Amino acid sequence: MDQKRILDSGKYLNEFADRINYLADIKGGLEWGSLKELLQRVQNLRSNMFDLREDELFVELDQIDRRLEYMEDLVAQDLSPIEVVNIVRSPQRFTLQDILENCYDSFTELGGEGECNIDPAVVVARATITRRVKNKIYYHQVMVIGHEKGYGEEFRNGGCAKPWGNEKALRYMKVAETEGIPIHSYIFTPGAYPIEDYPGAAQQIARNLFQMARLRVPVVAFISEGGSGGAEAIGLADIRLMASRGYYSVISPEGAAAIEGRIKEGGKVPRELVEHCAAQLKMTAEDNLKLKTIDRIIQEPPLGARRNNFGFFKQLRYEMVRATDEVVLQTKSFRAFRSYALKRQGKEKDNGRTFNDEFDIHIKWSLTESEKKRLVELRSRKYRALGKGYKELRQSVLSRLGHAVESVKQNYYDIRYGLLRQHSRQVQKLIEEVSSEGSVFLKTVTEPVREAYDFVFPKPKVANGINQYDPLRKSIFMQEWEQYISPLANEDKTVSCPNAEKYGCKDLWVPDLYGEFSGVCPTCGHHFPLEYQWYLENLFDPGSVREFNQHIISANPLKFQGFDEKLKKAVEHTGRRSAIITFDASVFDIKIVVAMLYSDFRSGTVGSAEGEKFIRACDRARTTRRPFLAYIHTTGGIRIHEGTLGVIQMPRCTLVVREYIDSGGLYIVVYDNNSYAGPVASFLGCSPYQVGIRSSRIGFAGPRVIRETTGADVPPDYHSAKNALKRGHIQGIWDRREFRKNLFEALMTMGGPHLYYK
Amino acid sequence: MDINLNDLLRKYKSHPYEDHQIKVPHTGTVRLHVKEGQDVTGPSGQWRHRPGTLLYVLEREGNPKRMTSKYTGTVAELRTELEGCFVQAGEPVMVIRHRLNKEEIIDRILREVLYVYAAPQRARYFFTPEVAVAIDKDRAKAFNIRPGDEVLIMSLMKRDSLLAYDGPEGVLYKVYFKHGDLIEQGAPLLGICAPDRLPFVEKVIQRIRTEWDD
Repeated sequence: MDQKRILDSGKYLNEFADRINYLADIKGGLEWGSLKELLQRVQNLRSNMFDLREDELFVELDQIDRRLEYMEDLVAQDLSPIEVVNIVRSPQRFTLQDILENCYDSFTELGGEGECNIDPAVVVARATITRRVKNKIYYHQVMVIGHEKGYGEEFRNGGCAKPWGNEKALRYMKVAETEGIPIHSYIFTPGAYPIEDYPGAAQQIARNLFQMARLRVPVVAFISEGGSGGAEAIGLADIRLMASRGYYSVISPEGAAAIEGRIKEGGKVPRELVEHCAAQLKMTAEDNLKLKTIDRIIQEPPLGARRNNFGFFKQLRYEMVRATDEVVLQTKSFRAFRSYALKRQGKEKDNGRTFNDEFDIHIKWSLTESEKKRLVELRSRKYRALGKGYKELRQSVLSRLGHAVESVKQNYYDIRYGLLRQHSRQVQKLIEEVSSEGSVFLKTVTEPVREAYDFVFPKPKVANGINQYDPLRKSIFMQEWEQYISPLANEDKTVSCPNAEKYGCKDLWVPDLYGEFSGVCPTCGHHFPLEYQWYLENLFDPGSVREFNQHIISANPLKFQGFDEKLKKAVEHTGRRSAIITFDASVFDIKIVVAMLYSDFRSGTVGSAEGEKFIRACDRARTTRRPFLAYIHTTGGIRIHEGTLGVIQMPRCTLVVREYIDSGGLYIVVYDNNSYAGPVASFLGCSPYQVGIRSSRIGFAGPRVIRETTGADVPPDYHSAKNALKRGHIQGIWDRREFRKNLFEALMTMGGPHLYYK
Repeated sequence: MDINLNDLLRKYKSHPYEDHQIKVPHTGTVRLHVKEGQDVTGPSGQWRHRPGTLLYVLEREGNPKRMTSKYTGTVAELRTELEGCFVQAGEPVMVIRHRLNKEEIIDRILREVLYVYAAPQRARYFFTPEVAVAIDKDRAKAFNIRPGDEVLIMSLMKRDSLLAYDGPEGVLYKVYFKHGDLIEQGAPLLGICAPDRLPFVEKVIQRIRTEWDD
């Protein structure tokens, strides 16, 4: 035995060094405790190992082991959120490669391997996972999609997926859907790689979310490092599991600290501020479970699982199989069996036994058509119920009456566009078919029927309005436009166009610029920013704007220190209670539903209230069968002060948009000024019709974040609408002065005969 | 010979600077932000997107414009008397004096005495194989070029075209491009020196390299 111990001494010493370095990773350096001294002791012992007597060596080894155990216990007793982040970032933490090797029986990497890969940060594998039921082995085929950080391999980009990496993930999600096999997604990313090259970081994440919203196979996600949008790109799952020592956050603590502390680029962010932000962001597994942004926590060893924690992998395999079973069983109509099966499988956990490979029953993971439908419905229900960190104001009797009217309206629309519309379409189709085939002979027969049909289902008034549209009679530059003058025009001074040097633009007198010129440079066409009220007044028919859901207001669900004051200031500044305005309006008599994110309230950032209002507006457009316009005056991304409650709005809203589009709605997104990050990477970027107003900027991350993340500088016009158009992210650029006209044309041309408003 | 070696050298020795006079582009009140003798820098960054040093602010009708330096150099002839004054368009405010270094002077002299053959369009350029071998063998200075000689290959969109040299006869003195590089239209490709000027050019370069103190 002792002989073996001597032989193993070298191994022990290596292990001790690893453990010391791991503790140093967690505590942010060797300065903590006596780590430095202990490491020195290990190194000395390594070099003098053969000079010592056997008993001396064993005593020394035992002492170091005991000391290390004590220190590990001490660290594990009180782990702060930033220490959890450090655990996740440690190169000794397990990665997807370890999971593939230890949880799955066999796997074949798809779409590249190792460095020979379209994006080594994203690994896709067709894998086999097994379950043992009464000593019988059953095989399940799954598609594993996840981020691979590697152990410091540079080509992995630390698990930051490039746009084409996310595209690869999406491609194989579709393969899994075709083959009818579940998807296991493993999230190990600090965030997406922020570049705009086609298919574009934001746009690709949006496409992924859009597809995942209606993916007809079970999806189970496991989060170890959930960095905001990058995590969501593969994270819209039916069940979300999270490692007990993982983090899932809207932004890195350093990023949040730089914003909170207003640290200039290149400046050092104080460590205390980073720690403070890490705690405020509520990014740990326990926090996320409380916020309901995840479903379950998978327990790791107290200091987090490392590459050689095989017990953890065994447990992870059990949990992934069980979670997939759960998703599959939820879709089954035979409820008694469903609850029995889930109960049986949960039994082991209840008894507090350690997990083993044994399952009581075998459940097949293939779904029938009706089960697939139910799966998608359940997913929708699940995400709609998430992320409710907003406040609802008590409404007056009048407002409640309004609600009753709304509900009556909804019933009316259900009948008008549901039952009757369906019949109307069927009858119309029949008439068209009959009349086209025997038009000459049957005209005499169909004509009276058509007349009767037109009498029963009269053409909507809107169509008449459109037919009567006369651009001269309702000029967008005439009487309607003269009613509102931007308050910016009240200053007696001149301003210079930023393109003056390039195009020789003359100085502009402010009353002219913001009055007659609508904030547009007459020489080069540069658009100066205008307040959102200008659009409310000039874009829609006068008096047609009717705001709704004002009672949903932004709150501070995470109790983020100092945010209440900021929120209060924003309310005082704007007179509004959230960064989104949702309203009914009409454009040349076409009724539409609008969601408008505007800059004055917390830079148009999206939190729970904004997400909820957006969802309700989208649902309203679906119920009332109207086109839905998302006009983005400005959005700065997801509101960091709401943590993952903000991030969860990305899949939530995208899912609702998907349902709206699938049911035949016309969804148009118009970007103005600055539109960045989460919203663009989800419910905005997924629109088939996206347009930029001239001089607007659209992108995923701003230049500073790109420089700090990738180390490369970007040209000054990197995010310009023109470049977004070149990359294919948007479909056109509109002049502000022609916004109303273009919007009307878009509604007319993009709306086919099957769109609601016709 | 129309260029006098001593005159040329004297010219650069007596005033080894390039002066850029800074004039106000339009009327307005001037607020100076630099001092006489202060070093200023021009625009920087990969796309020259970071503005240079702030020289002065010109304000007209409540619109203060920050006028930054387009050149790197030293502030000279600063008209401090204009501080806070309303000035007319075109009024000189200062001079940015840029000290020329050895290479810049050589480059200027060469541009004066050499015939520069520029890229006719944006493409990749190569020497024809015979020319490439000859240049390699005899070094550039001994290589004679006559009008009509097919010296270069222009490669664009998988199509190679031979370019016939159409400048004056001379010796190939300087090659401005790297073999196979993508060259913008109008960028210099070759510097051709008249044979009778060659010894003169070599002498000038030699003197500048040895005598000039950067």
